[in-house]
Amino acid sequence: MSISGWATIAAFLICVIAMTRPLGGYLKRVLEGERHFLAYGLGPIERVFYRLAGVCPREEHSWSQYAFAVLAFKVLCFLAVYALLRLQAQLPLNPTGMSAVAPDLAYNTAMSFVTNTNWQSYSGETTMSHLSQMLALTVQNFVSAAAGIAIAAAVIRGFARRSAAAIGNFWVDLVRATFYVLLPACVILTLFFVVQGVPQTLLGSAQALTLEGARQTIALGPVASQEAIKMLGTNGGGFFNTNSAHPFENPNALTNFVQMLCIFAIGAGLTNMFGRMVGKERQGWAIFSAMTALFLVGVSILYWSEAHANPLLTALGVDPSLGNMEGKEARFGVAASALFATVTTDASCGAVNAMHESFLPLGGMVPLINMMLGEVIFGGVGAGLYGFILFAIIAVFMAGLMVGRTPEYLGKKIESREIKMTMLAVLCLPLVMLGFTAVAVVVKPGLSALSASGPHGFTEALYAYTSAAANNGSAFSGLTANSFWNATLGLGMMIGRFFVIVPVLAIAGAMAAKKVAAPTPGTFPTDNGLFIGLVTGVILIVGGLTFLPALALGPIVEHLEMLHGSAF
Amino acid sequence: MAIMRQMRPALTIFLLLSVLTGLVYPLGMTGLAGLLFPQQAGGSLIRSEGKTVGSVLIGQNFSSPGYFHGRPSATMGSDPADASKTIEVPYNAAASVGSNASPTSRALVERVAAAVAQLKAENPEAVAAGEHIPMDLVTTSASGLDPDISPDAAFFQVRRVAQARRLPESEVHQLVENLIQSPLMGWLGEPHVNVLQLNMALDTLHR
Repeated sequence: MSISGWATIAAFLICVIAMTRPLGGYLKRVLEGERHFLAYGLGPIERVFYRLAGVCPREEHSWSQYAFAVLAFKVLCFLAVYALLRLQAQLPLNPTGMSAVAPDLAYNTAMSFVTNTNWQSYSGETTMSHLSQMLALTVQNFVSAAAGIAIAAAVIRGFARRSAAAIGNFWVDLVRATFYVLLPACVILTLFFVVQGVPQTLLGSAQALTLEGARQTIALGPVASQEAIKMLGTNGGGFFNTNSAHPFENPNALTNFVQMLCIFAIGAGLTNMFGRMVGKERQGWAIFSAMTALFLVGVSILYWSEAHANPLLTALGVDPSLGNMEGKEARFGVAASALFATVTTDASCGAVNAMHESFLPLGGMVPLINMMLGEVIFGGVGAGLYGFILFAIIAVFMAGLMVGRTPEYLGKKIESREIKMTMLAVLCLPLVMLGFTAVAVVVKPGLSALSASGPHGFTEALYAYTSAAANNGSAFSGLTANSFWNATLGLGMMIGRFFVIVPVLAIAGAMAAKKVAAPTPGTFPTDNGLFIGLVTGVILIVGGLTFLPALALGPIVEHLEMLHGSAF
Repeated sequence: MAIMRQMRPALTIFLLLSVLTGLVYPLGMTGLAGLLFPQQAGGSLIRSEGKTVGSVLIGQNFSSPGYFHGRPSATMGSDPADASKTIEVPYNAAASVGSNASPTSRALVERVAAAVAQLKAENPEAVAAGEHIPMDLVTTSASGLDPDISPDAAFFQVRRVAQARRLPESEVHQLVENLIQSPLMGWLGEPHVNVLQLNMALDTLHR
């Protein structure tokens, strides 16, 4: 570990803290329909959208109407992406002559992008036409992220309002998040990335004659525009197969730093928006602090792990000073790779700048645990916040049990229905992660796709379903997804998204309808260190108890075997 | 049913947002980027004597002793002799891929052992001088297209390159020193050397 490595991590955290308040204020203005400077320019277009769609922006939805709108939109997105991928050979903007995407792969990819997972069973530069990249994938990068922000806003309204029947209008939230948050930021980011060397062209490839006289075909495309939303929307689906490790997606240390900030930006901003909307910014900072604590633990372990060279390789006489460089890029080294891997799995981004499969066992375990905790460490845009609120509800419930009082969060009574909904959302994730893994490691089509043997093979399977259910999308990419994996992972992504969204909206609806109780001396405060500690503990215990046996079978055993010098 | 009432807004908003974010945005950005920054937008290609030599951002495969070598690459490509087969094609910039080797896989250990042996055979002077085998020269990069190596990896090869080109070692050493890209502000990023730029500089030195 080096001073410059720690300086990078410290600088990153300082930037995130500095961004949180201004972003939170801006997000609140946009989503609450208050005045902000972009509304002057884009407002008329926004209103044209509503008129054409027959949406009255002032008419708000109950939680069930809101959920129906989300589901209707998602079904449509899924069908459109599937159709575009199946038909891409007949459609324009296909300079390299890509053929139609196979049905199981098209299903998996459509589910993956609709759920903001962006798991990639395909390799971008050899599968997707430019039209598919833009009209199918880039669109989903925007709208799945915007939908996440919209749902977070609806959930926050549930806590902020009192005795209300409605939690907002999904169409308005969706359009505003796209218009005033994602799109303008992406225009600026695209130009920045292009200046730094990320290509943005409609050409399919360039031909080069190398110094040694070999032919080299260099894949190109409209990369920068997709890169911007891929990071900001915590989507993570790369233009190229190797994602942000590809020098065209992430050419240098500065673009790498900016990409990491983009991943956390909206998730961090939403914690502040939460605080502002419930009337006390400290409530937002409490959430932010718990998230930051979990982030720091993760990045420290991962950096420590990767700064060590693989003992099986140093035994061959290789110099250990660079650390574990298998599957990492020279321009990033171990520090920026460890930080990126933590950030991308804390938030459910899933972009990678190093191959997680080649991390040392304990290093690879950190991304895995980050996802198992439910993607609540800043999390996917929107999804992180509403996922965290579920854990906050459990935390106040436990605190209530301890002192024998009806639990309250932000003055709202937490009752049996809310706890049931919370548990439904919290339990469906481990069910997919562990249940599907258990099946995959005993059936033949499951096993045949694994590239590694020994405990690492088990981790490969566990990582895949964890990533799918958590809607992350990063992978131990040695796995070559066949139709069994495409089908089950697609299902896992769907459960991971919608079995959280619907219960969480139901909670929002129930909360909105409740009155707010005035705080008394007996009220458990949710903006101090005790609460931060309690909720962090709940997150770790729920994750730890559920997943520890599986982790012991995978990365922990592999680590011990590696120290003994065994290879598989 | 509630879901049917949402179909019109769902369809309309989906179509409008698709046009905006899937066509207007990427095509508009393509136009703007091509106008303002054509070199980068086109892939940072290097042209020399009318021919495209490569992209400054994309590594190339170097195997002759007179050039600095990049990192091992895990990329594959179709066999020119039999298109149905795939073979190792290092630095295939049309299909990026990492090795995804498990840290405890026997295949990784064997591959690195072979790379160490080859490196020692190619650079006997460096080994005799007691230089350590740099980690990045025996491990594959994440993209398979890594354009860079660590300064140590470049210094390790200086004796071999100088000898093959009949240049004084100090001159080649100085060239590497000149081309080391330091971390931004002294802390952001790792010091590295772009192999293609280094080799092109070497070619001009030779003349």
